[in-house]
Amino acid sequence: MSAELFTLSAQLSALSRGEISSRALTEITLERAAASQPLHNALITTLGESARSEADACDARRAQGPVGTLSGVPYAHKDLFCTAGVLTTCGSKMLSNFVPPYSAAVHESLQEAGGVLIGKANMDEFAMGSSNEHSHFGPVKNPWDLTRVPGGSSGGSAALVAARVVAFATGSDTGGSVRQPAAFCGVTGFKPTYGRVSRHGMIAYASSLDQAGVIATTVEDCARILSVVSGFDPRDSTSSNVAAIAIEPALTRSLKGLRIGRPRQWFGAGIEDGVGTAVEDALAEYVRQGATIVDIDLPASAWSIPAYYVIAPAEASSNLARFDGVRYGHRCENPRDLNDLYRRSRAEGFGHEVQRRILIGTYALSAGYYDAYYRRAQQVRRLIAEDFARAFTKVDVLAGPTSPTVAFKLGEKLADPLALYLADVNTVGVNLAGLPGVSVPCGFSNGLPVGLQLVAATWREDLLITAGHGYQQVTEWHRATPPERDHV
Amino acid sequence: MSVDRALVRSIAELARLSISPQHEEAAAIELAAVLDLFEALSAAPVDALQPLSHPGDPELRLRDDVAVAGDQRNAFEVLAPAMSGGYYLVPKVIE
Amino acid sequence: MSDWEAVIGLEVHVQLLTHSKIFSSSATAYGAEPNAQANALDLAMPGTLPVMNAHAVALAVRFGLAVDAEIAQRSVFARKNYFYPDLPKGYQISQYELPIVIGGGLHIVTEDGHARYVPLTRAHLEEDAGKSVHDVFHAETGVDLNRAGTPLLEIVTDPALSNASEAVAFLKALHTLVRWLGVSDGNMQEGSFRCDANVSVRQRGAALGTRAEVKNVNSFRFVEKAIDYEIERQIRIIEAGGSVVQETRLFDAHRGETRSMRGKESAHDYRYFPDPDLPPLRIGADLIEAERARMPELPQGRARRYIESLGLSTYDAANLTTDRAVSEYFEALCAAIPGHAKLCANWVSGEWLGALNAADLGPERSPLSAARLAGLLKRIVDGSLSSKMAKQVFDALWRGDESADEISERLGLKKVSDSGALSALVDEVIAAYPAQVAQFRHGNEKVLQFFVGQVMKSSKGQADPVQLNALLRAKLA
Repeated sequence: MSAELFTLSAQLSALSRGEISSRALTEITLERAAASQPLHNALITTLGESARSEADACDARRAQGPVGTLSGVPYAHKDLFCTAGVLTTCGSKMLSNFVPPYSAAVHESLQEAGGVLIGKANMDEFAMGSSNEHSHFGPVKNPWDLTRVPGGSSGGSAALVAARVVAFATGSDTGGSVRQPAAFCGVTGFKPTYGRVSRHGMIAYASSLDQAGVIATTVEDCARILSVVSGFDPRDSTSSNVAAIAIEPALTRSLKGLRIGRPRQWFGAGIEDGVGTAVEDALAEYVRQGATIVDIDLPASAWSIPAYYVIAPAEASSNLARFDGVRYGHRCENPRDLNDLYRRSRAEGFGHEVQRRILIGTYALSAGYYDAYYRRAQQVRRLIAEDFARAFTKVDVLAGPTSPTVAFKLGEKLADPLALYLADVNTVGVNLAGLPGVSVPCGFSNGLPVGLQLVAATWREDLLITAGHGYQQVTEWHRATPPERDHV
Repeated sequence: MSVDRALVRSIAELARLSISPQHEEAAAIELAAVLDLFEALSAAPVDALQPLSHPGDPELRLRDDVAVAGDQRNAFEVLAPAMSGGYYLVPKVIE
Repeated sequence: MSDWEAVIGLEVHVQLLTHSKIFSSSATAYGAEPNAQANALDLAMPGTLPVMNAHAVALAVRFGLAVDAEIAQRSVFARKNYFYPDLPKGYQISQYELPIVIGGGLHIVTEDGHARYVPLTRAHLEEDAGKSVHDVFHAETGVDLNRAGTPLLEIVTDPALSNASEAVAFLKALHTLVRWLGVSDGNMQEGSFRCDANVSVRQRGAALGTRAEVKNVNSFRFVEKAIDYEIERQIRIIEAGGSVVQETRLFDAHRGETRSMRGKESAHDYRYFPDPDLPPLRIGADLIEAERARMPELPQGRARRYIESLGLSTYDAANLTTDRAVSEYFEALCAAIPGHAKLCANWVSGEWLGALNAADLGPERSPLSAARLAGLLKRIVDGSLSSKMAKQVFDALWRGDESADEISERLGLKKVSDSGALSALVDEVIAAYPAQVAQFRHGNEKVLQFFVGQVMKSSKGQADPVQLNALLRAKLA
């Protein structure tokens, strides 16, 4: 089976030309999912029966007339998007029995466009993590090297796309959780501007930072999915009413004259040699295509990690207070009293990383510390946003390594959570400022994929599409696939 | 920043998480390391800046005051760990 | 005896009159089956998000304008974090540092006629919690989230009241005002108007004492008792050498005392922070002007007008401006029979309100329109009916559809003021009771009533009492 068939464009083309039926494509997908599962553990729930009937319905509709823009295309959701009637666990024991009667806006959009949901992807519990090792359902393995992490928290989504099980999967990005796993897995991950995509039905981690994202093999594919799920939703008060992304002109615009900023803080001491080289090569390619590189200073970057690790856990500590064993989710056995009900249900239901972040966040908001930590972090946030705004008066996009390293070994960073937090240094500032960002594959280091991060000003996804797609027109990194395996 | 077990216990109580005595020590060390990270914020030149709560500084949108009858009550009951006579049940609370 | 003074501040939670909840579109009607009015957002299901109710904002602005407060151009919703079964999200969405209404105040008059101005600190929007029931299940507490998410306006006074009487006067004035404006139905039995009192005591001239909070007192009478008790309790403690504990207390209506609460979150660390799901609320001049334009004449201003332009007493004016529907009825009556405000006031406050109360009806449900009642009052004014007859006609008016004239006709009621007929009746009675005539002529004034009674009897109550009195005196002299 040709690996080409696992891009969105190829699938759409084959489906519309009648070269393959939705049902047949779905069967292939389900087979590949079944083969991938023991190796990668990328799915928490597989939806064979419903996927088949959705596919059949697509085929029937196509026979009648015009169909949705994604009709018959199989995909997976990160398991934090509520899907009515389908288990939605958020990677946690707390929700291991949770079947919501409502769907996320993102799911509704994809359903309406005719996508075929084949499963719910594994993830770091409650989206907290950068390695997908913190899932109640076991870690996800990187298809490029099964002894390594796929990145997180959208590790399952990235692995599924890397292994060419699905052409695209949804993810969420709060501090890099779409971009970083895309980088680790050699695929493309796109986080839109905050407010571009509705958060209704997306289980919240940090409300002012969370944004739904897309993982696929190309920028063009990501852009197409993004336009399906973007748009104002009155059910989300942080959802914005802005013009749709003008995708077509962005795809055709040339790289010539594109001004690319190179923030020196993104190329700090922690960047692995192989990663640095691959990224510099990518920048050189941009120059060859007629772009210019401008040195940029983002001095506020120094505080982006502390600010993020105050704000995100603080909001999370509040968002996760609803998980108390009373109305849904995990409840401990034989609670002695109310306090016991809360404390044991939550201690049993939440994994270690989630508990750690809840404690951090609770502390950051607590009496006497609010001004020094939370409020100050929000002030730093404004400083960071201003840094970026200043940069974007001089350049169109910023470029640098998505992550300082390539995918690390499973278990390697578990003993040192702080080291893992520090690795988010290039990605968290983007969420703090609400900007759009994308990671595209730009090479390899020791056989493992390296990701190039591109960031633009708010609402300027079009510039990311131009920069990312232009790069993918003249390079082949995004076509590389991990070796097909049939055993661990 | 030093974090003792008493502090861990009080934060755990606020967050309604039970931490076993064996884990309190480990939690204290982990928390201390993260709190050291926070100290960096005090050096940031932000005293004159307004906190940024919402990127893009949006405005709150208002919804028309129309009541919509729910139709998912049965689905919610199915999700409930303990329910009787329409009430959610928790261990008796004395006020 | 030492010089104690009390310092009292009030917090009143007023449920706003909206169709749907503050952040969800569930209905707010009282009395539904448990959890029948709780949707996914009210139940704090994962992924659900709050969306602000426009009418709740309008009502808050309306209140703020009515008390001459400042309406914040920008106000922020904050999360108040704590765990309790009736708080499904584990936090309440409220307002903390930047409330929608700032300052303002109310003029009040206590029952013994003492007038003062009570300044307000602020008023803010927040969502209500659900309800816990402890007496339905044996070993469990039941939680009903119908009420969770209902819009509340929390109104806070400065700690500027000095005794229970002022507190009650304030609460009554506030209660009247919020009902008058259509901001709330103020139904205390249903929990639409809940009062908390912060009470402390100090020696005159000393620093503020430690305060205790008495929560959720649901009648004016109980508020008065609770505050009086609490002041006494605190003074006793301090005089005995102890100190007042800062705590929350409940009023026990049976025993007439306040008791310390157990079980609520002892460490009150609410970890307030701006709710990231709700951008700041901006109130523009257009919304403020719209509410200003529809502001009705307020009760206190209207009472003043009744006193100054209609010549009513302070007492009557106050009575007629406690309820807007009553006041509108009174004004409709006055419009139908101009120049007789006092008469109208008497009948509205007396017979009409009495009949409503006896039938357990609100003023909007009066079966007797102001127009038909006016028809009755006209006959009193022109002398066709005596007061006593008019009361008879009123009863029939209340129960049926006829006009006053039709009823008088049917019952054969017509005041006998024809001096000839009356004179004849008087002569008859005087002739029949010579002993009493003699008593009167000897100086016994009271015996006059005997003659009045006899003439009334023989005229079947239709004698004009004024004429009758004059005739009797003239003939008995």
